[in-house]
Amino acid sequence: MSKNSKVVEKESAVIKFVGDSGDGMQLTGSLFSDTAALFGNDLATFPDYPAEIRAPHNTIFGVSGFQVQIGSIKINSSGDFCDVLVAMNPASLKANLKWVKKNGIIIVDSDSFDKKALAKSGYEENPLENGSLDDYKVVKAPVSTIAKESLSGLSLSPKAALRSKNMVALGITGCLFNQDINSTYKFIEKKFKDKDTVIESNKKALAAGYDYARKNETFETTFFVPKADFPKGRYRNITGNVATAWGFLAAAERSGRELFLGSYPITPATEILIELAEHKSLGAKVFQAEDEIAGICSAIGASYTGALGITTTSGPGFSLKSEAIGLAVITELPLVIVNVQRAGPSTGMPTKSEQSDLMQALYGRNGECPVIVISASSPANCFYYAYEAAKLSIEHMTPAVLLTEGSLGNGSELFRIPSVEDLPEITPPIAKPNDPEYKPYARDPVTLARKWALPGTEGLRHRIGGLEKFNIEGNPTTDPLNHELMTKLREDKVKRVENYIPEQPIVGEDSGDLLVIGWGSTFGPINTAVKQLQSEGKKISHTHFHYIKPFPKNTGEILRNFKKILVCELNAGQLVKHLRIEHPEHQYLQYNKIQGLPFVVHELKEKFNEIL
Amino acid sequence: MSRIRVPLSEVKLTKEDFVSDQIVKWCPGCGGHAILKAVETAFPETGFRKENFAFISGIGCSSRFPYYINTYGIHGIHGRANSIASGVKIANTGLSVWITTGDGDSMAIGGNHFIHTIRRNIDVNILLFNNQIYGLTKGQYSPTTPKGQITRTSPYGTIEHPFNPAGLVMGAMGTFFARVLDSNVKMMTEVVRESAKHDGTAVVEILQNCIIFADKAFSYLTDKEQKDDFQIHLKHGEPMLFGKNNSKGIVLRDNRLQIIKVGENKQDDKNILIHDQYEPDPGIHRMLGFMRPPEMPRAFGVIRAARFDTYDHLMEDQIDNAKKRSAIKCVDDLLNSGETFEVN
Repeated sequence: MSKNSKVVEKESAVIKFVGDSGDGMQLTGSLFSDTAALFGNDLATFPDYPAEIRAPHNTIFGVSGFQVQIGSIKINSSGDFCDVLVAMNPASLKANLKWVKKNGIIIVDSDSFDKKALAKSGYEENPLENGSLDDYKVVKAPVSTIAKESLSGLSLSPKAALRSKNMVALGITGCLFNQDINSTYKFIEKKFKDKDTVIESNKKALAAGYDYARKNETFETTFFVPKADFPKGRYRNITGNVATAWGFLAAAERSGRELFLGSYPITPATEILIELAEHKSLGAKVFQAEDEIAGICSAIGASYTGALGITTTSGPGFSLKSEAIGLAVITELPLVIVNVQRAGPSTGMPTKSEQSDLMQALYGRNGECPVIVISASSPANCFYYAYEAAKLSIEHMTPAVLLTEGSLGNGSELFRIPSVEDLPEITPPIAKPNDPEYKPYARDPVTLARKWALPGTEGLRHRIGGLEKFNIEGNPTTDPLNHELMTKLREDKVKRVENYIPEQPIVGEDSGDLLVIGWGSTFGPINTAVKQLQSEGKKISHTHFHYIKPFPKNTGEILRNFKKILVCELNAGQLVKHLRIEHPEHQYLQYNKIQGLPFVVHELKEKFNEIL
Repeated sequence: MSRIRVPLSEVKLTKEDFVSDQIVKWCPGCGGHAILKAVETAFPETGFRKENFAFISGIGCSSRFPYYINTYGIHGIHGRANSIASGVKIANTGLSVWITTGDGDSMAIGGNHFIHTIRRNIDVNILLFNNQIYGLTKGQYSPTTPKGQITRTSPYGTIEHPFNPAGLVMGAMGTFFARVLDSNVKMMTEVVRESAKHDGTAVVEILQNCIIFADKAFSYLTDKEQKDDFQIHLKHGEPMLFGKNNSKGIVLRDNRLQIIKVGENKQDDKNILIHDQYEPDPGIHRMLGFMRPPEMPRAFGVIRAARFDTYDHLMEDQIDNAKKRSAIKCVDDLLNSGETFEVN
């Protein structure tokens, strides 16, 4: 810090790093976040990147961004508007200026604002010089020059040296927030283990950026975000996709089942596959199949043998799996299908988040084909809902769909590390050898789950399959009344899951003028908006669904006590349709955003106020 | 060395141990009956425990098989038997996994899974019922229907080149390929037994007569007058001889397999190929798989049984090694690994 600079304490701050898709913005943002987390800030991150791996330089569509909100208070979203924008080139500034708070700080690489780059990004004049940024505090740092100079002793090519300019920008930002640079060093060392040159150049560039900010009195004011007041425990930063993978590993261990993942890479779900492939030491069997269908079918096969069968995908892959989900429904086997949703239809916008596969999860199959549908609402709670999906699927012998979203899967937040022993027990209904009572489709009278008879077990040889089966005996049949019975049994079995899930919670009073309903990733912004209006004295409450099929038993009761109900979704209105079917006695208003972007608090507040 | 881990039966099993209580609903005269008989006969001879067999199928006449044999089994969905079976075997390597599939199920809708299962060399057995027609949907052409054949969906004759399953197997570097006729129950029983013993994906192409929609598709091979000239039964380590009184032999000449008359030329006799089913290079096996009358006889028996690592064993090895080496022994270790911090 410069001697003259003043340190201002902030309870939260939103920082966004933007640049070309090859500029390393995801790494920069992650390192900043990890450093903040290690210090003890609460945080939530939101990576926003294009589908192209290395999009053309300095183009609006090629901009890659990483937003993080850090705080000394509970942070439940990556935030709407930035306090600090770090822009590596004109295009990324242009694309993100609208997200910067008035009087916010914009740090730019001034070296990148040459004529050619300005023209390519559609600027007629240099925004750093024409006064158009007068509403902001602009820091013009020669980031590229600093990078090159700091690495001059390393005999790197100029091109290679420039690769470290993101570290210069990180150094400047780290200084602005008084971060401990030594923690960042450690993360760099870990990330680039065994690549000594990369570690050295990144650390040098980081230090150079930090020094630049300090010595040049770049900032009159710097910020300090104190430690958050967390409940006691051990914490780590975790992304939703990693949390999902770990939730399954925990469920496998707790249930004594082997984990089998059959999956095919697809954005934005691939990280679950990558993460599970890492954990062979925990016995995870990961099968990268030739396609989505082979992925789910192999998982069904594994599940038949007694493994926890899982398949992970995103929207288009989920479509391909539909027929096989039906097979798992009629064979009444455990199976978890994860859909990390992205904007559709078809290929849609693979790297943009959306909540538009709910109808597909609930209804997208031939025949009467009920499955459990649950969803996570934050990166960290992906762990618990993955665990819960596995538990319900195993104990009720029926497939479960876990819906997450790209923004949850790639986003991260702090996760209070649980102990596996404290997680709820999972009791697989495994049939005993030579059980004289065993029949393939005999059911538990309470849950209606059939028994799981594992190949290799003495005295239980049986066949299951896609043909309709006689109840209890399990032989194929087209008997009319039996088909009706089996259809109802399968539906009822899923319905009875409501007896094994928690009641629907409500944030705020259990009656009032407006009930805001959400599901999935929108928890953070909705919760923040509702709480702000509550503090203004408005009679508004929030309920967020994690269990969608079946709904919690008290759902009807909650809905009854409000004058108006508003369902907010990042789609054209899917949960709202499902509510209209399941609880038709109410009027539902809806608020939808279909832009591949999360809700921002102010637009929600505006909408809520309009309705109130 | 074989690493098959299917536990052996403590008691001697018989055919009756595998007979199911279900009524077999194939057409009278269907080749399926003979295949079922061969499997029921061969299984006790494998010595495997009866609870450790699993039959997985897709859709089609062939795929009703799991109901007709008393083992564990899944009657799956169209084309996906190979994928389901892959999961079964990887998850439990102690099972002897069998796939019954047809030329629609595995050559058309499930063609992708067929080649990839073979490429990975997962230790499963694929009984490919090739009747060159779609039976269960009543007589449309399949990917193995001979070009020009008139069927319900090719009233002017098919204009498609058929697949030769042997070509797909060799192309995918398959490790086991055998071909049998459904009318030869003895050979079928032997081949099923060999297949069970093979460590890796074993494909058994069964030329199966569909009495309703493609009757006599293979009668040119079984016709009394020409069967000796049109069939060669390959046996490992034995010279490739066929014809009446083994009067003909197969030699490799000008980069092609050719027929010579035995006894006409001493040098030719010396050059008669000795069948080596274990040869890793699939070159000769591919040529044998593609031989067709009238120029050449059709090859039957075990054409290829090469020894390569299997997917399921390699995966288990990786898991065993990781368990030994990794510091992460349980999920609690994982949760607390890497960068964490404590709040007191």
